[in-house]
Amino acid sequence: MKKLAAITVILLIGSVIILSFKTETAKVDHPSALPKDSVGSVKAFMSVYKVLMSARCMNCHPSGDVPLQGDDNHLHTMNVKRGADGHGMYAVRCSNCHQAENTRGLHMPPGNPKWGLPPADMRMVFQGRTPRELALQLLDPKQNGGRTKAQLIDHMANDALVGWAWHPGDGRTLPPLTRTVFVAQVRAWIAKGAYAPGAKAK
Amino acid sequence: MFEKCNNLFDYRYQLKKFTPIFILVIIETYLTILSLMITLNVNGQRHDIDADPNMPLLWAIRDIIGLTGTKYGCGAAQCGACTVHLNGEAVRSCVTKVSRAAGQQIVTIEGLSVANDHPLQLAWNELNVPQCGYCQSGQLMSAAVLLRENPNPTDQDIDDAMSGNICRCGTYQRVRAAIHKAAAMQREGAKI
Repeated sequence: MKKLAAITVILLIGSVIILSFKTETAKVDHPSALPKDSVGSVKAFMSVYKVLMSARCMNCHPSGDVPLQGDDNHLHTMNVKRGADGHGMYAVRCSNCHQAENTRGLHMPPGNPKWGLPPADMRMVFQGRTPRELALQLLDPKQNGGRTKAQLIDHMANDALVGWAWHPGDGRTLPPLTRTVFVAQVRAWIAKGAYAPGAKAK
Repeated sequence: MFEKCNNLFDYRYQLKKFTPIFILVIIETYLTILSLMITLNVNGQRHDIDADPNMPLLWAIRDIIGLTGTKYGCGAAQCGACTVHLNGEAVRSCVTKVSRAAGQQIVTIEGLSVANDHPLQLAWNELNVPQCGYCQSGQLMSAAVLLRENPNPTDQDIDDAMSGNICRCGTYQRVRAAIHKAAAMQREGAKI
């Protein structure tokens, strides 16, 4: 009888452990494969592209080493520079002005705990990229921060700094799609084959 | 029991009965007040202040602690007059909440050196950098971070570090010269 009880307890503990691992696995965002569809994939990416090229995303993915500001993507005032880690230099570090949350009021510094640009050795430039260039760049782990397609979706869907674009604070315009629609389009782009648009696509 | 009921209006009995409760209430109140206090370590001194956690650090430094060397300029992190060091970083205290600074190491212009002998302060004096002086404590605090991280800055490094500090008097040339001078003094052995 005691043996039976011990086995039951062991089995229960084992199943709890297995279930907890299963839950963790379920959290990882795997792109569910759809039939390859180059037209649908490219169409989905063009929607993604519009979001990535909007001011809220592109301003922190500049072609140079100076972040951008405003809907007109002007260079950040104060001669702010990227720095090696993407968080500024010397007395002009991002977190010196940008707090963990948006500072209330018009023209006040927006904020997020991770506020910054991509680091100097992984610049992830959006500004000036054509749809084709950006799609290929996003898919290339050497240029996207070492992300797999699943991790790319997870980054777009769950990263807090990406999510800031939809909570940008007073007076800032939102990206052209909601985050839910945006993430759905990212998933569709990848699930349908992750095709890059043609060189002439705009 | 009956005897106790008869003593209900005896103040001595009441005092004896409720004393432990009174003590508990006093301790609870004291602990509550303590938990609401915010601890700021400014220039090596601990200050327990009763302030809204959302209050700008600048207000706490100036109005509560009484260190008025740090100035209010724009209130929007645009000018740099309110720059102080938070764990060694040159933060804008006008937009930094007290809650962010709680328990951290804060240094204001008053704490940059004990005897006003930081190489930057000596160079500032020697070259008569300030005109009206309002922005200068912020300029010095930003320059101190630059010199700590780069003991031999070029003009470009100085521009990169100091462009966020605005001076309406236009003392930029003297600021730059004084940073070069302070860097030289530092190399020659002056303490920082």
